[in-house]
Amino acid sequence: MKLLVIEDDREAAAYLVKGLTESGYVVDHAPDGREGLFLATSGKYDALVVDRMLPGMDGLALVSALRAAEIPVPVLILSALGAVDDRVKGLRAGGDDYLVKPFAFAELLARIEVLLRRGGTPLATTRLKVGDLEMDLLARQVTRGGKDIELLPREFRLLEFLMRHAGQVVTRTMLLENVWDYHFDPQTNVIDVHVSRLRHKIDRGFDHTLLQTIRGAGYSLRAN
Amino acid sequence: MFRLLRTNAFRLAALYMALFAVSVLTVLVFIYFSTANFVERQAEETIGAEITGLQEQYRAHGLLGLIAAVNSRTATERNEPTLYLLTDPRLHRIAGNLAAWPQTAAIKPGWVEFSVSLVRRGQPVTYDALASVFILNGDYRLLVGRDLRDAAVFRRRVAQTLFWAALLTLALGLVGGLFMTRNVLRRVEAVNRTSASIIQGDFAERVPVTGSGDEFDQLASNLNAMLDQIERLMAGMRQVTDNIAHDLRTPLSRLRARLEVTLLERPDANRYAEALAETIAEADHLLGTFNALLSIAEAEAGARRDHMATVDLDEIARSVVDLYEPVAEERGLKLALDTTSPALVRGDRHLLSQAIANLLDNALKYTPEGEVHLVLRRSNGGHIELEIADTGPGVPAAHREHVFDRFFRLENSRSTPGNGLGLSLVRAVVKLHGGEIRLEDNSPGLKAVMILPAAPERAVVSINRSAA
Repeated sequence: MKLLVIEDDREAAAYLVKGLTESGYVVDHAPDGREGLFLATSGKYDALVVDRMLPGMDGLALVSALRAAEIPVPVLILSALGAVDDRVKGLRAGGDDYLVKPFAFAELLARIEVLLRRGGTPLATTRLKVGDLEMDLLARQVTRGGKDIELLPREFRLLEFLMRHAGQVVTRTMLLENVWDYHFDPQTNVIDVHVSRLRHKIDRGFDHTLLQTIRGAGYSLRAN
Repeated sequence: MFRLLRTNAFRLAALYMALFAVSVLTVLVFIYFSTANFVERQAEETIGAEITGLQEQYRAHGLLGLIAAVNSRTATERNEPTLYLLTDPRLHRIAGNLAAWPQTAAIKPGWVEFSVSLVRRGQPVTYDALASVFILNGDYRLLVGRDLRDAAVFRRRVAQTLFWAALLTLALGLVGGLFMTRNVLRRVEAVNRTSASIIQGDFAERVPVTGSGDEFDQLASNLNAMLDQIERLMAGMRQVTDNIAHDLRTPLSRLRARLEVTLLERPDANRYAEALAETIAEADHLLGTFNALLSIAEAEAGARRDHMATVDLDEIARSVVDLYEPVAEERGLKLALDTTSPALVRGDRHLLSQAIANLLDNALKYTPEGEVHLVLRRSNGGHIELEIADTGPGVPAAHREHVFDRFFRLENSRSTPGNGLGLSLVRAVVKLHGGEIRLEDNSPGLKAVMILPAAPERAVVSINRSAA
């Protein structure tokens, strides 16, 4: 998997390149918008990590230019602007995800992973399956090993998100944003409580724990 | 003085002066012509009266009677300004006080103007005259005129008077204009001086208010109010910076110390991993504090006011309660919800959610047992009241205002996780929405009451949930 990091701050760029390289990606770096756009149009990257404020060409303009040229590469926008409407602007320009600085590297990694696997599970699907756990989206039923599992609506939504991103690391922030549509950090680790209740329902009485805690990052639903 | 000439106020004054001068001059010219005409018309009337008298003589006594009448009238000095001349058909003088037919006067009936030169008391005199000419039977001609010397004198005097009046008016206008301009400039100058010293860094400076209540005073008060607001915001900023410095310095030095101590220890992979994990947790806590401060600053700056929509507080509260329900159960607390729907307010869904989440978070965190009760109701007077009551230890009355300050934490809550920013955000959000928040005694426990202005019932906007 090949990534392009477009970031003007040299130290931040070095940190990103090192971290991503150690996570197993092949990473190129462009220090400004113009060079970034030039490299990105080559089409040899699987995802872009674009800083919003760039010399030469603004990050949002870069993404718009890519989309205008019909280059569908997934783009994660990094920004120091964290207001909800800044986020909306970023996504409207053609970004696929938006991460506010400063961020935890695990958060970035998890989001890149999600971007790279995008299109794995079609949205229109009606059945999700992870190991022996199955979800019927139409009947809104969940079974594991043929046994029915009763879930509250919020637990169902949480599990659906985890199943759609099975095998990937999903952070607490991602769950808050995608399942509850909240863009703030609750002081108490509310998400942990939700996840532990869900785990209790889907994993109790089974040998294999599907819903795993990834230390320092979040959770992952894994079949093996 | 050159600076004065460049000012807008002076230009305005000059323009007014010019307009004023033109209107004064127009009025004066009009006065001049109507007075001058009046004198001439008076001369015409006098001549007319003379002619009527002579006509009567002529009609009654013929030419001889006319001659006699002319002679008798010219005999007395009293009639000096009136001119008579009766001539035969060859223009030879028969009677009258003119020696000969004036060269410049036409010899046909009607009004004529001419100049007369004659010797009076040994002095040669030339003056303008106005006369009426008649042709009598047998081609005798009669000229009856009037000396216009008085009229000319009068006209000159009027002209002089008007000239001086105009000059005086313009001079007064100029002085007045300059005075007013300087007055205005002085007020503007005061504002400028204040701005300059504020630019120099003296933020305590204020524009002087004269107390007259005029536009300049209003401008000064508005500017001062603006400066006060800026100063308040700056003080807030300074306080935030100080607090950030204080509150972030402690965990940062703890973080640094932890890393340093780990380095001093015997190298051990497991110990290192553990220390790094602890460090990451500490950093996450720091980021949380940082983000909370930014959210508060954003809400306080009112930057999001443009993005407000009509939202249902009932739906927002339900969603937050839904998020916290498992937490309450985990702690063995009862979380009760008592709402009314719809509870429409004009606001920002994200901020309102966060504010309610913070209140609920606090209530659940500090209540060891019992219940947390969220009530949403419409009050009389177009308000929506959201009440979160718990059965915890409560907040002493003396501290109820302080808990909204940044980083304020009650002594007995220091052991509980939290950054002391939750209620600050709540207050900033409530203020942004034009509402109020207060803490009351729930005996036992604490009751937080959030009051927001209700939005008009009709403008219902559905709230989109973008759940995955």
